[in-house]
Amino acid sequence: MAAADLARRGALPNPDVRKYEDVNKAVLSVLSRPGKGWWFLFSIAVAGVGVFLASWFYQIYKGIGVSGLNAPVGWGVYITTFVFWVGIAHSGTLISAILFLFRAPWRQAIYRASEAMTVFAVMTAGLFPLIHVGRVWHAYWLVPYPNSRFLWPNFRSPLVWDVFAITTYFTVSAVFFYLGTIPDLAAARDHARGLRKKFYQVISLGWRGTDREWHHFSKAYIYLAALATPLVLSVHSVVSWDFAMAIVPGWHTTIFAPYFVAGAIFSGVALVITLAVPMRKFFGLEDYLTVKHFEAMAKLCMLTSLIVLYAYLVEYFLAWYSGEPPERGSFWNRVFGHYWWANWIMLTCNGLVPLMLWFRRVRRSIAALFVISIFINIGMWFERFVIIVTSLSHEYEPWAWGLYRPSVVEMGILLGSFAWFGFWFLLFTRLLPPVAIAEMKEVVPPPKRGKGAA
Amino acid sequence: MIFGAKHRRGHQGFFALFEHLDSTVDACKALRAAGHKGFRAYAPLPEHELLEEGLALKHSPVRVFTLAGGLTGAATGFAFTSWTSMDWPLVTGGKPILSIPAYVVIAFECAILFGALSTVIGLFINAGLPNFRPMVAYHPECSNGSFGVYVTAPPARAAQVKEILSSHEPAELREDPEGFDV
Repeated sequence: MAAADLARRGALPNPDVRKYEDVNKAVLSVLSRPGKGWWFLFSIAVAGVGVFLASWFYQIYKGIGVSGLNAPVGWGVYITTFVFWVGIAHSGTLISAILFLFRAPWRQAIYRASEAMTVFAVMTAGLFPLIHVGRVWHAYWLVPYPNSRFLWPNFRSPLVWDVFAITTYFTVSAVFFYLGTIPDLAAARDHARGLRKKFYQVISLGWRGTDREWHHFSKAYIYLAALATPLVLSVHSVVSWDFAMAIVPGWHTTIFAPYFVAGAIFSGVALVITLAVPMRKFFGLEDYLTVKHFEAMAKLCMLTSLIVLYAYLVEYFLAWYSGEPPERGSFWNRVFGHYWWANWIMLTCNGLVPLMLWFRRVRRSIAALFVISIFINIGMWFERFVIIVTSLSHEYEPWAWGLYRPSVVEMGILLGSFAWFGFWFLLFTRLLPPVAIAEMKEVVPPPKRGKGAA
Repeated sequence: MIFGAKHRRGHQGFFALFEHLDSTVDACKALRAAGHKGFRAYAPLPEHELLEEGLALKHSPVRVFTLAGGLTGAATGFAFTSWTSMDWPLVTGGKPILSIPAYVVIAFECAILFGALSTVIGLFINAGLPNFRPMVAYHPECSNGSFGVYVTAPPARAAQVKEILSSHEPAELREDPEGFDV
């Protein structure tokens, strides 16, 4: 791609970045500079992980009764947070695989951080089914193997599909993430000294950047991206079928798969913005994460927010249009019932606030995007809360209706999950190159001696 | 996994470090024109000009691994779900014993999983990774901003190799008395 074309499409970093060496210098310097701010955040994360583990151990010791879960609301904050983190995980593979196949050059600067986010978000999400099942020592029952009466799991159950989808997603996104970092780990190895050098020597697998390595690597990368693309779309579809396959009013709709996938991308891109803004500031990566990159992500948020808003409105309309009293009652309860506040937080944060992104000035203001992205994160958590809790609390029979109130333990685990995620993300920014060095070089004009030299 | 450097007896090694992409491409073309085969080019990025023009690399066999893995995964997913359902035929929810549409989900996920893992295996086999040999024929600048070419040649052709490499203005030209297989 010609340099002019790349510049127009927002790929090039700041024009001051002219040489390959500049990319190495800027990105690798991030690895060798643990500032006070980083240690401050890291200690908060460690403390949060402490809260997380303490809450969980308390629940294991006392039993699942310490959560607010009870009939009729058997799925609460844990499943809400599980779906939230699985959703967060979607932007990484979207940016790294789908935008790679579509040759969207602006992904280069942002994809490493968002892929890391994907892996850590799935690691966080994966804990929640274990927390939710209560007796975690039986968690291996999730693995498909025959029970003592030689009966295999029911493969018609969406919950079993979910196990397959999440495990595959974690494995493939972790492999994709690691493979992409190998050339950059080699660059870090050639730059580092002492113990760090040993570390990078091992995890870079002895990468040398030979023609043979690059040739097969770039091909393997395309095939992995081609496999990861349908996987992204499938995983949140499968998660949505956990709900849509059940006959609970408010869940049993065909719109769920696309609605969940759009919501996942929406929340994921929002969290990429939330994380990229401080990263850019702290690590001095302003030349690499430019306003153009943020504007492109803002446009992605704008699109997915419209899809999600459309889905909300279609759900209301179809509940009314179906003429089914339980379906109508469920949605009336969502908007005006006991959990009205959750529903209105969801509509405000996901539907109304992102409308500001229609203004170019907002899209190009990093501060505004940061604030909006936090609204979206909150709104998307509440979306899952609304779908799960309000639907379960108001099913068919009026005598079976009931309310759910999250307990302190559940809140501790919810907040702790953010710390757990942050813990891994902070380690990532210290240990692995947070911007893809080799891929950034693809949008920097190559050094040439003859005609066509830059 | 590969450990230990592989010497090529009676051969000499030449490592040329280039600052410019086009001189690297030209040097590779010249080496190929002179009939040299076992040489390696080093680059900090997958530069298509170098791989396709300079070295004329064509298809990669990795795609066969991807296809085979994907098909194996899909077949395994279907076989696993069907076999376990047939193993103890029990009607649940009034659905057929072989509920193919439901099994598509499992087969799909298995196809992706097996396909991705076998792609990685294919990459490792074809690219010779992990490669823990001593980094003899290497220059750390090749992961930074420079390109490199390493040639092993018998003594009879050593002079020719040296001439080709130095005629393309390398930033550095290193001679190893002993050549290595890279």
